[in-house]
Amino acid sequence: MDLYEHQARELLAEHGIVVPPADVTDSPREARAIARRLGGPAVVKAQVRTGGRGKAGGVRFAADPAEAELMTRRILGTDIKGHPVRTVLLAQPVDIDAEFYVAYVLDRTRGQFLAVLSTEGGTDIEEVAATRPEAVTRFPVDPTEGVTPATAAGIVRTAGLPARAADVLVRLWQVLIREDALLVEVNPLALTAQGRLTALDAKITLDDNARFRQARWGERDAPHDDPLEASAAARGLTYVKLDGEVGVIGNGAGLVMSTLDVIAGCGARPANFLDIGGGASARVMSDGLSVVLSDPDVKAVLVNVFGGITACDAVAEGIVTALDTVRPTKPIVVRLDGNNAARGHTVLDDRAHPLVHRATTMDDAARRAAHLANTT
Amino acid sequence: MAVFLTKESKVLVQGMTGAEGMRHTRRMLAAGTDVVGGVNPRKAGRTVRFDVPQTPAGLGTAHRFVPVFGSVREGVEATGADVSVVFVPPAFARAAVEEAADAGTGLVVVITEGIPVHDAVAFRAHAAERGTRVVGPNCPGLITPGQSNAGIIPADIAGPGPIGLVSKSGTLTYQLMHELRDIGFSTCVGIGGDPVVGTSHIDCLAAFQDDPDTELVVLIGEIGGDAEERAAAFVRDHVTKPVVGYVAGFTAPKGRTMGHAGAIVSGSSGTARAKKEALEAAGIPVGGTPTETARLVRTRLGNPARPA
Repeated sequence: MDLYEHQARELLAEHGIVVPPADVTDSPREARAIARRLGGPAVVKAQVRTGGRGKAGGVRFAADPAEAELMTRRILGTDIKGHPVRTVLLAQPVDIDAEFYVAYVLDRTRGQFLAVLSTEGGTDIEEVAATRPEAVTRFPVDPTEGVTPATAAGIVRTAGLPARAADVLVRLWQVLIREDALLVEVNPLALTAQGRLTALDAKITLDDNARFRQARWGERDAPHDDPLEASAAARGLTYVKLDGEVGVIGNGAGLVMSTLDVIAGCGARPANFLDIGGGASARVMSDGLSVVLSDPDVKAVLVNVFGGITACDAVAEGIVTALDTVRPTKPIVVRLDGNNAARGHTVLDDRAHPLVHRATTMDDAARRAAHLANTT
Repeated sequence: MAVFLTKESKVLVQGMTGAEGMRHTRRMLAAGTDVVGGVNPRKAGRTVRFDVPQTPAGLGTAHRFVPVFGSVREGVEATGADVSVVFVPPAFARAAVEEAADAGTGLVVVITEGIPVHDAVAFRAHAAERGTRVVGPNCPGLITPGQSNAGIIPADIAGPGPIGLVSKSGTLTYQLMHELRDIGFSTCVGIGGDPVVGTSHIDCLAAFQDDPDTELVVLIGEIGGDAEERAAAFVRDHVTKPVVGYVAGFTAPKGRTMGHAGAIVSGSSGTARAKKEALEAAGIPVGGTPTETARLVRTRLGNPARPA
């Protein structure tokens, strides 16, 4: 789960990292009051969970409270890379002497985290890394030791940041560990004219798998931008909305991804990714089918299941349930193989629904679904 | 011979007495796995009876009695177990893996899905220090058909044969085993789709290269990370056996997690296209679909197409 900037700032502040005074709002009128409280001028920043919002017009400087209200009015409701702007953050402007980049990122190959630092903060770090690799320093962090004040001091010295940045590095490590984050990034970490290190912007990605031990996460959950995704999430389904016309349901992330690719290879476009997971019940299947069928973009549905733990008869029963409850008007192509496939086929035979088409292989199923979507 | 798991492997199941543990222990026993014990501190001293269908199917049921130990160490001392399969819930998985590594099991197979990355980082380092191989987490485990099955891969898809398989995806493992069931497999390893896993494509490629029973390796990857690119370089430099690849996720949009926690195209890296190109540049043919991948395997092995 990617946090909004204002949520990330709060986490940093809780762990003792300095952030400029700021507040968040969804109301232009309140924005004016916030700017007044901050002393007059303010930076107005769209709160969206995507990068590059500055270039997209999502960050504006307001010289006074009236302008803050105007800027807020302009930014709210706009769309930044597909993300609707629902709130803005108003932050007190800071006089900056220098800008740095400090982050912890996961190194999947080593199976541990890296501290990444640069004296060229405030810019696109991927570009800096590509054009001037020597300006970015990376340190693997020993998972058992973590980042102590001594290791932080060494890292900061090597990377050429001011010595006091070591404290920020230690605190940021605590954010990573205690909050079960997969990424913490402060960019820029600014050295102010007053000589303080202040986090001007932050990006934090929390590990969804750690939800069971992070009681406060519920309050950080962001609303889904897509109503179908919200509906699927409410039913506990792993669903991603895409922009095609063939609805896809399968079991296992790899097989579903593969099915999307095979659909694309047949000259159609997948409308979604939906993984009913391992050992899915008839209920999960029927819920999944009702979500996919409720997508107005979907013209045909492909159900591709290779039963390992998942029993194909349960999948077939879920399909039959959905036929009776959702009353679909779109064709559904079904391919069942593996665990209890024969029984699954019998369940579908018994129902003999005219919209249900059967296929014997994954490729055949995809071809038929693509054809049906392109001709209906 | 086989990779990592043979009929000599003695397997403990951590979390055997839970619903998943019971179900899959029965399946492992039916596949011929030498399951020598379960681990559950609250049920130590008991014995669990499994009614195991005999092969070939229909020839009755055998009763197998599997003891439950209070700890992995007790199980290892009593049975000489060298493999542990972990079915415990995510919150207890880190402790379970570390316990198995401390008890000296050489292989720990972590089926549990939804383990926090920080826990995976911790137990991976812990196991590495003790020389224990971890397969997973969030994986279907591994199977050496006809010999042993440690995990949840259905044993009846395919029998023994010359193909080694390593995959990030459980269901794509099953799909490819199904496509090539007439040829058969030496060992199939599902390494898992999480960002941090204990055993990599490269570890498996190296093992298959040294395994006399493996003639060809199927390598299945998906979006996210750069494991496939690294595997490609390893094949180019160290693998003389033919390798056939498959990559899932060409249609995956940037920045969205596609089911597996590790399956995400972030920034400019982790795309299926980049992985396919890297594999092909290393001389590894890459199928456009699982079926085409199976066809490439048949060609490489000199086998005729499977009759319809």
